[in-house]
Amino acid sequence: MNVLVFTGLVALGSLLAGFLGALTGLGGGVVLVPMLALVFHVDIRYAIGASLVSVIATSSGAAAAYVREGYSNIRIGMFLETATTAGALGGAAIALHVPTSAIAIVFGLVLLYSAYLSSRHREEHGPQMQSSPLAKKLRLEGTFPTPEGKQPYAVTGVASGYGLMFGAGVLSGLLGIGSGAVKVLAMDQAMKIPFKVSTTTSNFMIGVTAAASAGLYLARGYIAPGITMPVMLGVLVGSMLGAKLLVRAKVKALRYLFAALIVALGIEMIFNGATGRI
Amino acid sequence: MNVEAKTAAPAGFDDQRIEIIIGMLLRTGVILAAAVVSVGAILYLVQNGRNTTHYASFHSEPERLKSPSDIFHGAIALDPREIIQLGLLLLIATPVARVIFSAIAFAIERDYMYVVITLIVLGILLYSLFGSA
Repeated sequence: MNVLVFTGLVALGSLLAGFLGALTGLGGGVVLVPMLALVFHVDIRYAIGASLVSVIATSSGAAAAYVREGYSNIRIGMFLETATTAGALGGAAIALHVPTSAIAIVFGLVLLYSAYLSSRHREEHGPQMQSSPLAKKLRLEGTFPTPEGKQPYAVTGVASGYGLMFGAGVLSGLLGIGSGAVKVLAMDQAMKIPFKVSTTTSNFMIGVTAAASAGLYLARGYIAPGITMPVMLGVLVGSMLGAKLLVRAKVKALRYLFAALIVALGIEMIFNGATGRI
Repeated sequence: MNVEAKTAAPAGFDDQRIEIIIGMLLRTGVILAAAVVSVGAILYLVQNGRNTTHYASFHSEPERLKSPSDIFHGAIALDPREIIQLGLLLLIATPVARVIFSAIAFAIERDYMYVVITLIVLGILLYSLFGSA
């Protein structure tokens, strides 16, 4: 394949991934690495480096829009980032030393799990009334806008949320994904933070987490300009288009379709990893 | 210490205004990064468009594409790959900038516990970019 064709096809695929990821809310990063590794036969660590950079692009690009809604909690985000960035450094360090087939298998399992998470019905937990002493000490409580004015919320489960966040960071650094799903799980389920606050805070954490491992990938020579350029530009344009369309589109059918694609890619990654083809 | 005042308005209006300004700065950074990458992309495709790709196996990118200062020098010399890499470096810098701005914002609010927490995050990011090579 010559460079021109390769660049064009990768840009097109990345645009589609970014578009579907934004439209379905599942994130485009999760299909980028399998696409590059399985379709374009790019070494998986190059693919992870390119994916990390595009995760930063979508997170930083959308930050202003998310903040304006008034849901995100910067103290929760910053406190938990000490866990995600440390985890991301560790994950990236592991990724540079384990065989690529092992990374492929872990990636496949994470794909299957995230498809499962997206199909599951989310159970709304009631508002937490009392913050734990640790959450109070760290001033994690906040307010979020409702039609009836600002609604305060309490926070608990700081230790288990922190542990989950470290795990989310490791996955991000190891696989080059935003691992937004695990971050939301940690805040929404473990710390009982309102769902809207969890998702918007997760978005701004994703960029900082990815930057922690991207630096390491860059320093070790895994950020290849020829691959990362079409991926980053494609995802950026795609996710912008997806976010614009989001308000009008009926996404339910599309969500199932995208989840099915994720399952298929997950199985393919595990198969290729297990047979040593990646 | 005005702890009282702080608990009266947790994550209040000022936090949000600072955050909106930071958010707009970040978006500007992303647009700038994308513009630099695009310029590099055009030059790269003009010069290398007909070559064949070789990404199936890993061989570490050359030294000049790895460290921030080398990338900067190469980009000034208008080497397409280094211009792309400079754009990517700008992009990686946007979350770092966000953390720096947050530290300043917390310092203005005299929230020293969060100044320390933010500086820990900054330290990890800077170690990743500069300390690990």
